[in-house]
Amino acid sequence: MSGFDKVVGSYAEALEGLADNMTIIAGGFGLCGIPEGCIAQIKAMGTKGLTVVSNNCGVDGFGLGILLEDKQIKKMISSYVGENALFEQQLLAGELEVELTPQGTLAEKMRAGGAGIPAFYTATGYGTPVGEGKEVREFDGRPYILEQAIKGDFAIVKGWKADRYGNVIYRHTAQNFNPMAATAGKITVVEVEEIVAPGELQPSQVHTPGIYVDRLIQGSFEKRIEQRTVRPA
Amino acid sequence: MALTREQLAMRVARELKDGYYVNLGIGIPTLVANYVPEGMAVMLQSENGLLGMGPFPTEAEVDADMINAGKQTVTAITGASIFSSAESFAMIRGGHVDLTVLGAFEVDVQGNIASWMIPGKLIKGMGGAMDLVAGADNIIVTMTHASKNGDSKLLPQCSLPLTGAGCIKKVVTDLAYVEIADGSFHLKERAPGVSVDEIVAKTAGAMEVPEVVPEMTF
Repeated sequence: MSGFDKVVGSYAEALEGLADNMTIIAGGFGLCGIPEGCIAQIKAMGTKGLTVVSNNCGVDGFGLGILLEDKQIKKMISSYVGENALFEQQLLAGELEVELTPQGTLAEKMRAGGAGIPAFYTATGYGTPVGEGKEVREFDGRPYILEQAIKGDFAIVKGWKADRYGNVIYRHTAQNFNPMAATAGKITVVEVEEIVAPGELQPSQVHTPGIYVDRLIQGSFEKRIEQRTVRPA
Repeated sequence: MALTREQLAMRVARELKDGYYVNLGIGIPTLVANYVPEGMAVMLQSENGLLGMGPFPTEAEVDADMINAGKQTVTAITGASIFSSAESFAMIRGGHVDLTVLGAFEVDVQGNIASWMIPGKLIKGMGGAMDLVAGADNIIVTMTHASKNGDSKLLPQCSLPLTGAGCIKKVVTDLAYVEIADGSFHLKERAPGVSVDEIVAKTAGAMEVPEVVPEMTF
């Protein structure tokens, strides 16, 4: 690596420094736009006691779900975790902790974490179990709860194209949580389908500026589809 | 006769207006998209980051990077936009979505809604529902009026943990269209052939009933 060149040669290098009990923020929605290569590497490393912040926890045998197989995840911070039998089993056995967080609050927690905002007020969750024990403040006669930002030791992100400087573009709805995740890691690892030379991406089309990206790697992706719904041609 | 799922969606669709941005929840709310009146343009918002959701793709159009909030493969219509989850919830929480339609287990006379958690059953999560009910001004809840055992779902006070407090003003059930104001349900319309007495009997919360309750027509 030199200068602004963020490209690393292997997933081992991309996740160097990941240790037990760290917090990982992962992009993706369902199985769409998930950092498949980083997840496989974490599985191979066998890192334990992880707190994983991600909207979902994959499915049995794919996505973040594979990290459950060797009980690598201690805690999930997610908005919806229903797609996974192993998850359910570990949750009921008390081997896994879950902090259910409204989806918009989760996105905002990541965004705030990356933007140096320690906490924010939101109406979401007021009067519900999510609001229990949280500070309440009224603005213009409406009650809001205080939610804290989230930062990760690592952020793992899936992009479409990036230049070597780590400027990233996402494709379609594979964008989802990835841009926020990218800002919120002490070390942000981005894996993409294609790495191009600086200058090949339109500066105004960049979704994640390279300043947020520490390590960049080109991967290959299965892109499994969770619900294949089609109409007749 | 109680409304079918399709009739329920048709009734909700009458609340659409030309130029509306609309978020439809999973289940019956999704069916509302099939009954957008001829000549009316609405744009569907999917909270994973798509404004202008189109129909399912043909086999040849299927793209793993193009899904909706139910994780189904979808398409985007002409004029659609795609953005991050933070942007998506900024439009939801900022009150920019004109109409939100979602299902529920229970609503009550204070406009509280419970839709995500049944204690003792596995809790899968609230997804974006808490953001949607807290952020939107114009929300329609669709559900059956009573459970299969006949227990009312329109209550004096929700018994299940809430999704949102004091945020629901309109409910379309299989028996009636009901509004919520001033700590009471207000019966506005009844399903074809359903008597006011039956609706009253299946509504546990206080309900104002006008002298004449119009019957829905389809």
